[in-house]
Amino acid sequence: MTTFSQVLSEVAMLLSGPDPDLIEIVGLSLRVSVTATVLACLIGLPLGALLAIRPFPGRGLCTLLINTLMGMPPVVLGLMVYLLLSRSGPMGFLQLLYTPTAMIIAQFALVLPIVAALTRQQVEDSWKDYCDPMHSLCVPTTSAVQTLLWDNRLSLLTAALAGFSRAISEVGAVIIVGGNIDHLTRVMTTAIVLETSKGDLPLALALGVVLMTIALIINALVFSSKGKLA
Amino acid sequence: MLPLQIRQLAVCIDNKALLHNIDLTLADKGVSILMGHNGAGKSLLLRCMHGLIEPAAGSLQWAGIHATDINSRHRQAMVFQKPLMLNRSVAGNILYVLKLRNKPKDRLQQHLQTAELESQSRQSARSLSGGEQQRLAIARALACEPEVLFLDEPTANLDPEATQKIESQIHHATGKSIKVIMVTHDVAQARRIADDVVFIHKGAITEHTKAKTFFTTPESKQAHDYLAAYVKPV
Ligand SMILES: Nc1ncnc2c1ncn2[C@@H]1O[C@H](COP(=O)(O)OP(=O)(O)OP(=O)(O)O)[C@@H](O)[C@H]1O
Ligand SMILES: [Mg+2]
Repeated sequence: MTTFSQVLSEVAMLLSGPDPDLIEIVGLSLRVSVTATVLACLIGLPLGALLAIRPFPGRGLCTLLINTLMGMPPVVLGLMVYLLLSRSGPMGFLQLLYTPTAMIIAQFALVLPIVAALTRQQVEDSWKDYCDPMHSLCVPTTSAVQTLLWDNRLSLLTAALAGFSRAISEVGAVIIVGGNIDHLTRVMTTAIVLETSKGDLPLALALGVVLMTIALIINALVFSSKGKLA
Repeated sequence: MLPLQIRQLAVCIDNKALLHNIDLTLADKGVSILMGHNGAGKSLLLRCMHGLIEPAAGSLQWAGIHATDINSRHRQAMVFQKPLMLNRSVAGNILYVLKLRNKPKDRLQQHLQTAELESQSRQSARSLSGGEQQRLAIARALACEPEVLFLDEPTANLDPEATQKIESQIHHATGKSIKVIMVTHDVAQARRIADDVVFIHKGAITEHTKAKTFFTTPESKQAHDYLAAYVKPV
């Protein structure tokens, strides 16, 4: 049984020198979650804005759906993506299961409803003020979407950040579709789960520290960029 | 695009008739002013003329084209009672409209000049003062190069100098033979710039008279009372 201080000193040692395994895990985590978030924003931002400003039959249902999906447990979503990608599934022929691509797909599906739902709410609120002026200027819908996204850029940056935080911190979806394979699909959260169960607390804790540091750095970057965007 | 012809117009919201039996013809260039008490329906009528509200009954046509037709709205511009500042710089607000209407970007400077906002062109539009925002809103509307300009109380809450600047923008517009239709509560201002006055009371038009006669001998009792209240020393 290691003592608490022993654990801490080992954590410090792991973090002081660049450990290749640690770097690989952190790198993959960032690659998967950033890619998933960027893709989710590319679709979720315009989708959310359209839902807010364009009336169409079934709009209420769509809103209800994405708001519900926002709270979907990652394991359930992982399971659905697993079924989709498994050998006998409809997309099994792509042979993506247990690859980083599968993890990106799962996290994309996780982040998309968050970005779309938060965007929809934000854009709907400002649409009350924009509706008449946009109609007055005869702005076509696509341009109105662009205008509202740009004018709400600060709040929407926070929405994207919420999506990214969800992606980088979840474990349920990536462990199911990625399988936590060493040097291939092991990311920070799955590694923490594994190392804790093996009893390697220093490594698990070191990963936890890195995870929190990354969250801090990204938030700080976003926070400082807000001044420039305003 | 004149004349504007309104026949038996009615507007209902939530089963309330907010405008009713509106008959009005605006055929002449210059400045037409809508006056009336708070809640009379001036902003509503202005929005109807601009085609932003679908009337419940009656018709509203600009030289034969329905007001709600995008082809008529495309040739008009409106400054709302609470003007919307796009979340970008002063210049960005004008450039937005220039780009939207395929106008050359180099007109920016000239529009900033008429609004007297050159020195603040890089400031965020939302950080402008109330009067500066009004001036920017008018400059932005003029950047559309409209044939008709709607102004909804553009000088409410402004100091005399700011009011004067906006009136000079209005003169600038009429000089380019833009038809101006404007709402104001400022009787002195209406006297200065109006060519004709439409008086609205509780959702109906009580009179439409030339400015000269309106301020001296209004036809309707409602307009008479309205003017009397303003002339009386407090
Ligand atoms: N969307 C709406 N829903 C319900 N009532 C409305 C709506 N828009 C306007 N009204 C009502 O219609 C009436 C006329 O409104 P309008 O904004 O045209 O007044 P106004 O003459 O411009 O007054 P003010 O001088 O205060 O600006 C008001 O009683 C207002 O409450
Ligand atoms: Mg009004």
